[in-house]
Amino acid sequence: MLFTSSTFIFFLLLLFSLYYIIPRRFQWQLLLAASYVFYAFAGWECLVFIALTTVSAYFSSIRLTKLHESQSAYLKAHKGELSKEEKKAYKSSMDKKRMAWLLVGILYNLLVLAVLKYTNFAIGNINSLLDLFTADTSIPMLNLILPMGISFYIFQTTGYIIDVWRNKYQAEQNFFKLALFVSFFPQLVQGPISRFDQLSQTLFSEHRFNLRQITFGLQRILWGFFKKLIIADRLLPAVSALVANPDEYTGTYVVLEMIFWGVTLYADFTGGIDITIGIAETLGITLAENFERPFFSKNIEEYWRRWHITMGSWFRDYVFYPVSVCKSMLKLSKWSREKLGANIGKRVPVYLSTLIVWFVTGLWHGASWNFIIWGLLNGVIIIISQELRPLYEKFHEKTSIGGTKGYAVFQMARTFFLMSTLRMLDCYRDVGTCFKQFGTIFYKFNPQILWNGDVLKLGVSAADFAVVGAGVLVMLAVSLIGRSGSVRKKLSKQHISLRYAVVFLLAFSILIFGAYGAGYDSSQFIYNQF
Amino acid sequence: MKKQTTKRILAAVMAACIWAGSFIFLQGLFMPKYMSEIPEGALIAEYYKETTPHDVVFVGDCEVYENFSPVTLWEKYGITSFIRGSAQQLMWQSYYLMEETLKYEKPKVFVFNVLAMQYDTPQSEAYNRLNIDGMRLSAQKIKSAKASMTEGEDLLSYVFPILRYHSRWNDIKAEDFKYIIARDKVSHNGFLMRADVKAVDSIPYVVPLADYQFGENSYKYLDMMTKLCKDNGVELILIKAPSLYPAWYDEWDEQMAQYAKENDLTYINFLSGLTTAEDGKTQVINFPSLPAVGEDGAAVSSSDMPSSDTGGEEQKAQDNGSLDFSVDTYDMGLHLNLSGAEKLTEYFGKFLSENYEFKPHTDEDLLLIWEEKVNTYNQMKADQYRELEEYGYLKSFGAKPPKEAEKELSSGDLNKSENDLSSGDLKKENTEISD
Repeated sequence: MLFTSSTFIFFLLLLFSLYYIIPRRFQWQLLLAASYVFYAFAGWECLVFIALTTVSAYFSSIRLTKLHESQSAYLKAHKGELSKEEKKAYKSSMDKKRMAWLLVGILYNLLVLAVLKYTNFAIGNINSLLDLFTADTSIPMLNLILPMGISFYIFQTTGYIIDVWRNKYQAEQNFFKLALFVSFFPQLVQGPISRFDQLSQTLFSEHRFNLRQITFGLQRILWGFFKKLIIADRLLPAVSALVANPDEYTGTYVVLEMIFWGVTLYADFTGGIDITIGIAETLGITLAENFERPFFSKNIEEYWRRWHITMGSWFRDYVFYPVSVCKSMLKLSKWSREKLGANIGKRVPVYLSTLIVWFVTGLWHGASWNFIIWGLLNGVIIIISQELRPLYEKFHEKTSIGGTKGYAVFQMARTFFLMSTLRMLDCYRDVGTCFKQFGTIFYKFNPQILWNGDVLKLGVSAADFAVVGAGVLVMLAVSLIGRSGSVRKKLSKQHISLRYAVVFLLAFSILIFGAYGAGYDSSQFIYNQF
Repeated sequence: MKKQTTKRILAAVMAACIWAGSFIFLQGLFMPKYMSEIPEGALIAEYYKETTPHDVVFVGDCEVYENFSPVTLWEKYGITSFIRGSAQQLMWQSYYLMEETLKYEKPKVFVFNVLAMQYDTPQSEAYNRLNIDGMRLSAQKIKSAKASMTEGEDLLSYVFPILRYHSRWNDIKAEDFKYIIARDKVSHNGFLMRADVKAVDSIPYVVPLADYQFGENSYKYLDMMTKLCKDNGVELILIKAPSLYPAWYDEWDEQMAQYAKENDLTYINFLSGLTTAEDGKTQVINFPSLPAVGEDGAAVSSSDMPSSDTGGEEQKAQDNGSLDFSVDTYDMGLHLNLSGAEKLTEYFGKFLSENYEFKPHTDEDLLLIWEEKVNTYNQMKADQYRELEEYGYLKSFGAKPPKEAEKELSSGDLNKSENDLSSGDLKKENTEISD
């Protein structure tokens, strides 16, 4: 069920009506039922996977909490009776038991993800290797289904199990509440990846009909549709044309592809997240923010703190930190300090952890080498920029341009183009093609396509480009206004006629200029495939 | 506090009204008007402008709205009629139009052209739009849309057509503003007049089919039509209009004849008198003797009558009139032109008047209305003949200059379906409009 389909609108209207009609204590049960109905539209087999993930998370987390509780109770009961060694031995045995349950919980889920998402990638690579040595042997590819949003809900659930293992909070005792946390439908499509302790505060609560909150939610939904339908889906045909014929579209076309894809991906992803958060808001539920004007970032590190925030923080908390402090890494740290000196040695484990995180991030985005290379390049650029920081600082001191507005704009543009260059890997989806295309920017000089009309042969007319341009300007204006606080709060303080005018303008813009309905085939969200 | 709440409610009501008004205005603006191009698209909506009831209502595809003239039926026999026809009208679309018609009036006779029996499944979004967009919002419209939708179509866009036509924002013309509220009539009670001539110059090759059996869905809706008419005391006449192509196979004809027999219906295949004239080139249909409705009420299928192929001389001797495809078609036999339609209507009207008791119309208002219809009809007829004389083609009536039209026709395969040939251009243009 696409967010942009009329079926979904009907589904939402029905849910919304029921949600505020039924007794409030049944609201979360209704959400659970709605989430499973929503998910069933993706295929009945998908329900099996999400149900099994819930079951595994429920039993492992319950067990983990019980182990924590029994440990606390035991230590409390035997306070003063146990020697330090006995205490240590007891804790160690309990740690092992908890580790076993943690592994039961997360390994099942990661294994499911690995099998469904990466088996064919592995087979493809094995076949490539076999090709090198034996020409006629190959392993057939498997016909595996990849349930919608599996990467998102498995990561969310895994995070929950790890948090319970860390005793950050107790396991949810109600199986169905946990099932709702895993399956809450707006975030199944493309996140955000929520944390249980944050989401549960509003997810299971009783919600009164709050007009202001609902209005805010609806405004956010509209804004999401504006970005998705007016900008992303209208520009996507040009990106598709450029990517489909890389030999034909070289040089300046590649620069255009970088810009178009950057804009499309941003409008698509943030639009989808706005719709997701807006839907939750109309139901009184608060979801984590996933973006914070990433194109205003002045460097790549900052960019990644502001783009897909929940994914970044997930990798930070559940991959980077554990990897950084694991025994092997500590050993490596010690070894490198001894062998390479303190200055270089201290960098080795940090950079290795960074590369591991970015490798996994790339792999999470897709089971193909382009995503892995994309991830690793992100890590490499972050490391390089960290190494160059002292040089930049010196340069800023000497030239005194560091704090100027012009330089800030340059930094933002630099980050945009840097990220756009990296993003070519997830657009062309082929490492060789991507590097080849990037190379043509420097030796195929064809800027005339910008004014001789050739750009208009990419499946996007001049009128379409005008609409996209206007949409981008609106998006930019809203971002700028949003820097000093919530745009919706600011709007709510305006005269009622202006408020209605803005909402009407937004709604009618979507109605008229949105790329939806017959003739358009790009309504699926790009991040849905991850 | 109370004052503020009242103010808020008032503002919300005003906003809702402004929203609804703007929505209706924009929907009216973006809907294709079908005034200067593709007049077929305007046909269905014209029915709602009628203020008097009809004795006969035709439903079906282009073989009804191009081949029968209600004004002729009125002038010659005093029978009031309306054609609820549209391009590639499918079985279920015809059925729901009949059902909807019965909400407004109860005609004595429904005439249904059976060519649509060949289509058992939804066909094309462009034609669905021409058929359904013009209908008023009703249960019948929703059901018709649901039955007609092809893959990727959305029911909601039939309820709110702006969801389909919003993408015309960069194609809005002066015509779109001019006809937001009301549109001109393009037809004469559903008849689309074309006075020009494009003679048949070759006989289309008939492609044999692997399976001639009509589909279950087609029969389902035919059964529903039969039941609907019987339940409402309306006579149902099945016809196959005399278009030379797309092919009407003998096997199909037999199935229709059999169905008519089993259900006590009249079935008339106007093609059964098709023959070649003495010059060996010209296609002629000598109208066969029409079936007579038996005294016991049971009808006889025309297929029971000897066809002109075998008994042409006898048919001619009865002087039922004939169609000459060197002068009575404007597109090489696919549709009749004005002269052909008037001949066919005169012939069919005779059958209707002889077999069904239509009450003479004496109501002054009705007579005045029909007088005006006749005048408009004659005016357009005169205009068309004048344009033909002046320009050689119907410049103001959507026709193309002869060379262009010839090129278009000759590039088409005569054995293609009706839609591919007759409406290939329409389909293209409609897609352009819609997109």
